[in-house]
Amino acid sequence: MKKWNAYFAAGLLLAGLLASLVILGIFWTPYDPTAMAAGPQFAAPSLRHLLGTDKFGRDIFSRVLKGAGTTCSIALLTVAAGAVCGTAIGALTGYFGGVVDEFFMRLNDALTAFPSILLALVIIAVLGPGSKLNVVIALGIVFIPSYARISRTAFAALRDVNYVKSARLMGAGPGRILMVHILPNTMPVLLPALTIGFNNAVLAEASMSYLGIGTAPPDASLGYMLSEAQGMLAANPWYALGTGLFIVWMVFAAGLIGEGLQRREGGVS
Amino acid sequence: MKKRLLPLLLPAVLLCAVLSGCGDGSTEQAPETQAAANEVTVGIAQDLDNSLDPHKTVKAGTREVMFNVFEGLVKPTPNGDLIPAIAETYTVSDDHRTYTFQLRKDVQFHNGDTVTAEDVLYSIQRCADASETGIVPVEAFSVITDMSAPDEGTVVITIEEPSNEFVSYLTNPVIPADYDGQDTDPVGTGPFRFVSRAAQDNLVLEKFDGYWGTPAYLDRVTYKIMENTDGLLLSLQSGAIDICAHISTTQIPQLQEDFNIEEGTMNLVQALYLNNAEKPFDDVRVRQALCYAVDRQQILDLAFDGYGSLIGSSMYPAFGKYFDDSLTNYYSHDPEKAKALLAEAGFPDGFSMTITVPSNYQPHMDTAQVIVEQLKAVGVNAEIIPVEWESWVEDVYTGRQFQSTVVGVDASTMTARALLERFTSTAGNNFINYNSPLYDSLFVKAISSGGDEAQTEFYKEMEADLTKNAANVYIQDLADLVAVRKGLTGLQFYPIYVLDLSTIRYEN
Amino acid sequence: MKYAAKRILMLLATMAIVSFLTFLAFDLISGDQATAMLGTAATPEKLAALRAELGLDRPFLVRYGEWLFGFFAGDLGVSASYRQPVWTLISSKVLVTLCLSLLSFLLITAVSIPLGLLSTRWTGGPAAAAQTVFNQLCMAVPAFFTGILLSWIFGITLKWFVPGAFPGLSVDFTGSLRHLFFAAAAIAIPRIAMTVRMLRSTIFSELQKDYVRTAISRGNDRTAVLYRHVLKNALAPVVTFLAQTMAEIVAGSIVVEQVFAIPGLGRMLVSSIANRDCPVVEAIVVILAFWVVLSNTAADLIQQAVDPRLRLGGGA
Repeated sequence: MKKWNAYFAAGLLLAGLLASLVILGIFWTPYDPTAMAAGPQFAAPSLRHLLGTDKFGRDIFSRVLKGAGTTCSIALLTVAAGAVCGTAIGALTGYFGGVVDEFFMRLNDALTAFPSILLALVIIAVLGPGSKLNVVIALGIVFIPSYARISRTAFAALRDVNYVKSARLMGAGPGRILMVHILPNTMPVLLPALTIGFNNAVLAEASMSYLGIGTAPPDASLGYMLSEAQGMLAANPWYALGTGLFIVWMVFAAGLIGEGLQRREGGVS
Repeated sequence: MKKRLLPLLLPAVLLCAVLSGCGDGSTEQAPETQAAANEVTVGIAQDLDNSLDPHKTVKAGTREVMFNVFEGLVKPTPNGDLIPAIAETYTVSDDHRTYTFQLRKDVQFHNGDTVTAEDVLYSIQRCADASETGIVPVEAFSVITDMSAPDEGTVVITIEEPSNEFVSYLTNPVIPADYDGQDTDPVGTGPFRFVSRAAQDNLVLEKFDGYWGTPAYLDRVTYKIMENTDGLLLSLQSGAIDICAHISTTQIPQLQEDFNIEEGTMNLVQALYLNNAEKPFDDVRVRQALCYAVDRQQILDLAFDGYGSLIGSSMYPAFGKYFDDSLTNYYSHDPEKAKALLAEAGFPDGFSMTITVPSNYQPHMDTAQVIVEQLKAVGVNAEIIPVEWESWVEDVYTGRQFQSTVVGVDASTMTARALLERFTSTAGNNFINYNSPLYDSLFVKAISSGGDEAQTEFYKEMEADLTKNAANVYIQDLADLVAVRKGLTGLQFYPIYVLDLSTIRYEN
Repeated sequence: MKYAAKRILMLLATMAIVSFLTFLAFDLISGDQATAMLGTAATPEKLAALRAELGLDRPFLVRYGEWLFGFFAGDLGVSASYRQPVWTLISSKVLVTLCLSLLSFLLITAVSIPLGLLSTRWTGGPAAAAQTVFNQLCMAVPAFFTGILLSWIFGITLKWFVPGAFPGLSVDFTGSLRHLFFAAAAIAIPRIAMTVRMLRSTIFSELQKDYVRTAISRGNDRTAVLYRHVLKNALAPVVTFLAQTMAEIVAGSIVVEQVFAIPGLGRMLVSSIANRDCPVVEAIVVILAFWVVLSNTAADLIQQAVDPRLRLGGGA
């Protein structure tokens, strides 16, 4: 029951490193990521171009930095949107129960029966592909059910514990009880869910962009770049490897943080 | 301890065995077996997800394949001429209004029936009235005033007004009148007959032994659908695919060892199409500014490794006599001039615009990306909106809700009209809302002029009108690179989007 | 029995909602069957005429009702793009996706259970930490990236299979399985990592329990206790987890089928959405939803069979 542990620290370190690179990428990249002919076409990795160049002679390292920023921001926004809406729904239905609860849970079941990528495909098809905002909306909707389910269970479990009962007796309104008395105590469950959600968001966004329905150039994310890189595997495998590595890095770091959080809460061994 | 762990590890060991077994098996299935069997596998990048009925086909990719299965009264040659096919000969009356076709006596459909005049009339009528759901109407047939079959082997067609181009529409496929399985099991008269199609997997053709003309050399052709460019490349390298058209330039170095790379053209007018009714493109100066701002040679160099032919109007070089090369360099790359024109038009600081691109067409996406960069230099901030093809058809092509788009427009028949009629102000498919009274009047003159030479002149004047008014930013006709396995020969390019397999054969 | 009835009802309700939402989505997307049929031959007038002819101009609910009615009468309709009955079009694809799913399921089970047990040998120290880290790493690699790497290493470098050239189950069954194996592996790797982690943590929490401690303190061999008692109890949640995994595998196959160009349901689905082929999309969506609900039901049933306490609880 240590306050923090090695996994958490390692994850934080990796995430910090990545975050500083990504933030750097927002303000400065070695080359303009969309400028064509920054170097020769399909240059191999060198000191001038850390990951080489693509078919337009664009610097891949700069592109990956920028793409990682896009992927990261989409994932964060998605998690935020999904978690806020999901927790709100879960809190209300879990706390109040009744017909509304039953209705939302059935809807939830139906939405979970859609494989998440499929649901995202259909929503994106309606909203129109290629815009960052639409990707966030689609994935946000996709992730609502899982947060709603988790927080519903948590809120329902805490509904009748003694300190909540006493707060109710002392005349606290439902809003105050939910926000002040229950929400902080659901964090042990919700926080690891957030890191898992972040990972799922990164992977889902990458898959969608890979399928050509996520973000689009010039504001491309890592997933789109990976599909671009797949066609150039033979000419420059560094593009695919570099891009893939950044995705793995991102998910890995968040995974370690999640692992650490879970252990801190006394889950595993 | 160790003993107990062993059984648990067994499955893993077994898996390894399966894996290594994979290695032994597949390397032995070598491409030689295919060579011996006198058949080829052709890789195609899009699925043939259409009705296979030739009168319902709207996708160029499907037409490209089914060219080997169907024929009309006449058929195109690689030079762009028309030669009789199902018709043996035809005569045109002196007033250029009545066409009399003598059918060959020995033409058979793939189902064994002999082609009769009735089948020919049925096929033309079917496209003329297009009453059956899904038939794509052939506008040119609306001028037919009378059709008849005086006997089994003769077809007489009369049209409203004299036309030089009418015959070229008779490449329209002839199908049996009393057969209703065309959607999924098409029957035609071409050198190959249809065998089977598995969606997203393959389509198989076989040599038609009853073909009236020069028979195909190959016994069997399998089209393998490979939507994944990487997989396509790997399949070519591994020997699973023998011929593949429309490969990208980046793949050439990896294929040169085993393949001959033949270069033709795609026969498309690729351009940054501008919605002439939409601000700011309703101002001719803005359109001209974009023409000066875009460096077409750089597009070719960056996105296509220098392959492709530059164009300056809605016509491509393969159309020989209609192509006017003097228009190609009407606008040279000149950012300063572009800025001056923009300032004159009231945009000294440039403006923002959107480019809608069908995202599954990589060449257009690539071109659009280069254009975005080039427009930055003159202060124009362009944003790419990738859309799916069906959305493009609905919103851009028919809805005309767009600012600009990068696509390639092709010709369904070998006439200049197929490319130019669409920009007349009243044309239903004038998706860029081009409006030039001069252009409209030239078109009327062109189609009503009796002589071929005069007509060609009018068409060229129309092309010049498009260029001078900067209707669109014309870019190029894409290069069509076809990889053909060494040992195969006989590939011919046509001025329309087809891949003729009947002349392909193994050397010796 | 009552439970079964409730489950079936839920299944039907879920499928109804899923199909309704899909239908609604198709009503909102730009482009439809008519634009697909006309392509660049389309003009606003022709589109309107064709829509009227196809009945696409009728109210949305009428068309949905019609589809639903047809579905229950066993008629899935005709594909708008292929002009082929939907069932003949997708039946072979169902088989391919089923094979792919089963193969990756086998792979997950065959690898993760021995590995999970093996992993319990290290309870702490650097070896256990390395395991956890490796596990997290495996979970972090997206299936399509694994797919690209696998087809690169085994396809192009080692030439063990030809990426993209799926022979077809009826043409060459073993060759097809060989091909599917790599796709299955791409789907399986992250799931294996998850299952191992799950198995490991349940075994450990089981080992903490009093009966195990007593058994070991009485001098029983730790390994013997592990296999005789702990495993039985620890496997139950894992089996449940595996049943849910079936649902995840199908979702994973949508993307992986693209990477390996396998003609399965997932690839058909993606292209049919792009083609606005509503009947095909509806059919596939309903099949997938059915599959997911079935897997979840199986998971529930297993859980209840193992732990009878849950039968009384209901709800959560």
